[in-house]
Amino acid sequence: MNNSVTETDHVDWAGVFYRIRQQPQMIVGMIIVALVLCTMVFAPWIAPYEPTKLDILNRLAPPSGNHWFGTDQIGRDIFSRVIYGSRISVTVGLGVVLLAMRTGAVIGAFSGLAGGKVDTAIMRIMDVMLSFPSFVMAIALASALGPSLTNAMLAIAVLRIPFYVRLARGQALSLRERSYVKAAETFGSSRIRIVWRHIVPNALPPILVQAMLDIGAAILTASALSFIGLGAQEPAAEWGAMVATGRNFLLDQWWFPTFPGLAILTTAIGFNLFGDGLREIFDPRAQGR
Amino acid sequence: MSFANMIRRRLLFLLLVVFGVSLVTFVISHMIPGNPAEMIAGDKAPRELVEKIYKDMGLDRPVLVQYFKYISNLLQGDLGTSIRTQRPVLNDILIFFPATLELAIVALSISIIFGVPLGVISALRKDKVVDHIGHTVSVTGISTPAFWLGLLLIYFFYGKLGILPASGRIDSSIAPPAHVTGLYLVDSLIAGDWPAFKSTVNHLILPALTLGFIHLGVVMRQIRSAMLEVLREDYIRTARASGLSPTRIVLDHALRNALIPSVTIIGLAFGDLLYGAVLTETIFAWPGMGNYVVLSITALDFPAIMGFTIVASTVYVLVNLMVDLLYAALDPQIRAIG
Repeated sequence: MNNSVTETDHVDWAGVFYRIRQQPQMIVGMIIVALVLCTMVFAPWIAPYEPTKLDILNRLAPPSGNHWFGTDQIGRDIFSRVIYGSRISVTVGLGVVLLAMRTGAVIGAFSGLAGGKVDTAIMRIMDVMLSFPSFVMAIALASALGPSLTNAMLAIAVLRIPFYVRLARGQALSLRERSYVKAAETFGSSRIRIVWRHIVPNALPPILVQAMLDIGAAILTASALSFIGLGAQEPAAEWGAMVATGRNFLLDQWWFPTFPGLAILTTAIGFNLFGDGLREIFDPRAQGR
Repeated sequence: MSFANMIRRRLLFLLLVVFGVSLVTFVISHMIPGNPAEMIAGDKAPRELVEKIYKDMGLDRPVLVQYFKYISNLLQGDLGTSIRTQRPVLNDILIFFPATLELAIVALSISIIFGVPLGVISALRKDKVVDHIGHTVSVTGISTPAFWLGLLLIYFFYGKLGILPASGRIDSSIAPPAHVTGLYLVDSLIAGDWPAFKSTVNHLILPALTLGFIHLGVVMRQIRSAMLEVLREDYIRTARASGLSPTRIVLDHALRNALIPSVTIIGLAFGDLLYGAVLTETIFAWPGMGNYVVLSITALDFPAIMGFTIVASTVYVLVNLMVDLLYAALDPQIRAIG
């Protein structure tokens, strides 16, 4: 990724719009992401029922006009729960990525600019962390911290940090050698000013692209942890936890685990298509292919 | 860097990783709420018994002493005793490892058999309809929750059609083949046990499809981008200009060179497969390491979790090392330097 910032470092917006039009999948991704965000914001208006409203007489009802996605084992409306579930999943996805990105970027930039033994030591630690089988470590961390959504989020974020450290360090190293940074140094700009004026804004695009690509994965991992009981707990309307409960009713009430899982799949596809498109646009190595 | 040097450095790194992992898992196990001695003794155990177990386990000693004890045991291959199964953790892992390995190999084969041709076609038809469809398939694979896909497959093939089993490695009415490799497919062939082989295949289909589909996207994506890179090379243009058939150019010249960088990525995917199988194994009650660790975690069985994590990380790094060696063996440029 060292060459992922062009020497001029300005974004060619006309080119960006041209390349977005070249990528129908990215537009699909953007639409899905926009829909998910709208669902999240307007959940109370979209959902026909309260996500925790019980209707015991109507338990395990198949999909119908009243309950589009059917009802669960205590008569809650699955459609409403899926709608509200977007709030949990998107929050977790964004939370994981923001946490990992901010921590990783700070460590990486520091490491790159510090250089020498400090840099070597930090990067070795990151190499070791990258060699951990990440899902197993996430399980171990999350179970140690105790089963809750926040802890699941923390566990996933910690294991994503090394990726951002590497990226930010690479950016810091390559930007440090840029002519305009050298020029700023020559003209006596302070170190802090150079970092904030030149390094941070120019190092951001590739890191943000990576972050977009990570949101989908973070949502998937969080739902997986919830599925095995380490994330969100009842009565939270979390998609992975809903699939876990629905699993017991799979053969006779297929709708129960199917719709929450479909929500995870759709959301992840949306973020992944969008992230892929961004990478195509901002990574020069992916361009011109 | 010479070849021997590279291996030496990587082995050193492996030690570093195992040390790092042991440190992390040790810290984790001390963060886990609940007293392990109470868990072993059971709910209604008298106070004295709990204290005795606590002392026997060395839990009353300083943390540092406990850690060094743990490390020295580790170096002797002693990963501790599982609280849940009351067996040495290493034994447990050796029992469950072949099932995971078998599932991972079959799943990886599925993702390669479908992923490589799809990746090649996508690259050759870049930005055409086929490429867009291929991209959609690969993104869907990466975005699918394994546990959910597994459930859907069980619903259709077990629940509706009733043609495939939903759990386990082999029918309970059929005796597992005599242990040679631990891989039922291989063992049943060696024993010439046709019913056992058939039953194993039937049990493998759904979990392997689940895992394989999720990794299909990774393989496809990698092959596509490697092919695109290779297709722009001068020697491909030369081959075209000299009038070689397009099929020969693609298979003999392009794909062979595109496979070299792909080995690394697919090797990494294999490492992930071994341990990413956790969810798939849970869904299909597949008696592998993933299932073992989930059960251990629900039982707060920390020696088992620590042991598993250490073995898992060691194998993970070893697989990466082997992949690097394979890569070096395949790539004439690296071979020349070595």
